[in-house]
Amino acid sequence: MLFYYLRLSALSYKRNPILSSLMVLAVAIGISAYMVIYTLNYVMGGNPIPQKSEQLFHVQLDIGNPNQSFDPPRQLTYLDSMALMRDGRASRQTMSSKFVGIIEPENPELRPFRSVGRGASADFFAMFDVPFLYGSSWNEDADTNLQQVVVLSRELNERLYGGGDSTGEILNMEGNTFQVLGVIDEWNPVPKYYDVNNGPFDTGEEIYLPWNLIPSLELSRAGNTSCHKPVVGVGWQAFLNSECVWIQYWVELETPEAEADYANFINNYGAEQKQLGRFEKPLNNNILDVEEWLIEQEVLPDETKILSALAAMLLAVCLLNTIGLLLSKFLSKSPEIGVRQALGAHKGSLFIQHVIEAGFIGLIGGLFGAVLAGFGLEGVKVLLGEDLMQTDWIQLDLNLIAITMLMAIMSTIVAGLYPIWRACNVNPAIHLKTQ
Amino acid sequence: MEIGPILRAMIRNKLGAVLITLQIAFTMTVVINAIFIINERSNLMARPSGLDEANTFYLSSVGYGDEFNGVVTVRDDLERLRQTPGVVDATVTNAIPVSGSGSNTGVRLVDDEAAATSFAAYYRVDEHAIETMDLDLVAGRNFAAEDVQWRAGSEAITTRELIISQQLANNLFPDREPNGVLGETMFINGSEAHQIIGVVEQLQGPWPSNSSVELSMLQPNSSVGSSATYLIRTEPGQRDRLMAEVEEMLVASNSNRIIRDLMSLEQTREGSYRIDSAMSTILWAIIITLIFITSMGIVGMAVFGINRRRKQIGTRRALGATRLEILRHFMVENLMVSTIGVTLGAILTIAFSIVLTSSFNMPTMAWYYTPLGMIALILIGQVAVLGPSSGAARTEPAIATRSI
Repeated sequence: MLFYYLRLSALSYKRNPILSSLMVLAVAIGISAYMVIYTLNYVMGGNPIPQKSEQLFHVQLDIGNPNQSFDPPRQLTYLDSMALMRDGRASRQTMSSKFVGIIEPENPELRPFRSVGRGASADFFAMFDVPFLYGSSWNEDADTNLQQVVVLSRELNERLYGGGDSTGEILNMEGNTFQVLGVIDEWNPVPKYYDVNNGPFDTGEEIYLPWNLIPSLELSRAGNTSCHKPVVGVGWQAFLNSECVWIQYWVELETPEAEADYANFINNYGAEQKQLGRFEKPLNNNILDVEEWLIEQEVLPDETKILSALAAMLLAVCLLNTIGLLLSKFLSKSPEIGVRQALGAHKGSLFIQHVIEAGFIGLIGGLFGAVLAGFGLEGVKVLLGEDLMQTDWIQLDLNLIAITMLMAIMSTIVAGLYPIWRACNVNPAIHLKTQ
Repeated sequence: MEIGPILRAMIRNKLGAVLITLQIAFTMTVVINAIFIINERSNLMARPSGLDEANTFYLSSVGYGDEFNGVVTVRDDLERLRQTPGVVDATVTNAIPVSGSGSNTGVRLVDDEAAATSFAAYYRVDEHAIETMDLDLVAGRNFAAEDVQWRAGSEAITTRELIISQQLANNLFPDREPNGVLGETMFINGSEAHQIIGVVEQLQGPWPSNSSVELSMLQPNSSVGSSATYLIRTEPGQRDRLMAEVEEMLVASNSNRIIRDLMSLEQTREGSYRIDSAMSTILWAIIITLIFITSMGIVGMAVFGINRRRKQIGTRRALGATRLEILRHFMVENLMVSTIGVTLGAILTIAFSIVLTSSFNMPTMAWYYTPLGMIALILIGQVAVLGPSSGAARTEPAIATRSI
């Protein structure tokens, strides 16, 4: 029966190709526009590490000028991160920040180049589920003993070592030598939750090393530094002792008890520092899990929120259009429906037939819409460019195609309910008379 | 005009009229608000930075290895750059206007930590900055060569002269002429007292999306370590040629460094405003699509309505109605539906604009957007319905007598 109705739908499409194609076009355009914006919203506002986002917490301590009512800064000072790190209260913890360095390749054919790297603690890789291609990360001894070891990104490994297993190689950077311990696989979480300071869609770093090497080798710091008090004195030591915030601090806490315990711990730490006179503001320390942190940081741009509303209205216009066109189409079939009713078709089967016909239009609209959405996403990618932010994630996936199809079929059927009802309630007598 | 009969005829097909009304209302809401957003963005993008952007570019030099001498390199490079034919002037700077990356600080007029601070982006430059950036000095003087401090590494700043943007001067000293702020003291970085020696008409900071983008100042010092950024202005039309030549020249002059970030200010501006221009393009696509869909809807519904009433039209023609009267019937019918649509649309447009203003920090829409939008959508409706209506007007009177 289904196939019979599908064939009827196809016949009906062919009989009225312009009207039917207009409907398909309306559904396709509405759905694709909505899906493009939906994808942007879904990924940009999505959860980059769903498997453990509730166990990873970003730590904020409210230092700052008591005369200004700013929110707690995003990052921590060197003094505070070192104090939290020494205590090691959480099951895992990492301080991390960006640096830049000049890499001088062994290969004489390669010119020296500048690379953006990240200093991190040993736990960083396990905490954020960073996938390894070769080797592994360093351990805590490397952190404390300032071992000169590095982990490379896949791209940097390709550039320096042609993509092979480079563990054990010696790398020259900023006049120091480092041993390669491992190479990570493609890893570009969107949003870049572990460091949103240079925008939530910033590209990842190319080289990772134990964080303590940044001050000990006096590497050039990168990322964001914010000071609420002037640095007293000059040089690295003065900077380390300053009230400048520049280090991201994350902890992994497996249970709600551990979370409560840690919140308590940083509040006690804050109270202690307040007594010492360092923290001058009322206590307002925060630990936020990944999703809370991304919401707090408002990583979803205003643009996509505005576009969502506009795309929803565009879809509404397209569906209103479809209602009108379906109505015209079904009513123009009234004589045929009248004949079928006179021959004994009851309302139920007429209803099913027209639901299938509407669904058929939706299906074709959805197929066409998925193609349009694919082009739309490519267009957005071109508009945003690859040079300034990560855009690899802007693409059509199977999930999205499935949602698009389903949405197209469902919305066409919903749009068709009134026209279908009208079609089922045709008075056969009138139409039979005029034949 | 036969408004009464047209209205009664239309009421016989209420749903069609309601559908078109709603489409017009939504379309108007989206189109008007989108055009407003596009205009806002293009106003933002059109703000000048104060620099001669068309003829300016920059690059960074990053040295490495033990033999590299930062101080000597920077002095040599600047000398070489300024002697290059076609180069108007060059300076060293810690940040590039409109680039999205730079430094800012809080400035105070009194030496008191509790006092309010004003935001100010700062550029640490030498005495060639005003000429290189092509800034208009509206009061005071430029830095002198002896004012400039070349700091090795993180040596403390000892310079006390400042040139500030006129907007910063206005913010700190409202109601004063630029000349009136010369010699005033500003406190930066705690209690360092600095003197205003000059005011430039306009100089944007590095962050174009910041509401304080016009608040900036120049300081006559430069930290010379392993890396330095040079800003270079060329004679008109020479920029692209010189970008390539200068890079080559600097690379050749010293093997212990790399040259990176070679970019014209126009490229930088394009990158900094990329989101805004992408947004505008997407909005244009939405506007065009919507107008297309709605016009198709109007055409579709008109054709449907006309076909259903083909016989009645023939009857009217047989009873003496002229073609023009038939045409007018459908044009007036559309006009009535459109009028209700744009009235509803005006309410929705204003409501949506209020939501945008309150939730997204957008400015309030000027009053004329809504009435202009109403007129535009009525015109679009009339154009869309013109084809089907003239089709209807060609109906032969004889059709009234056929087929029964």
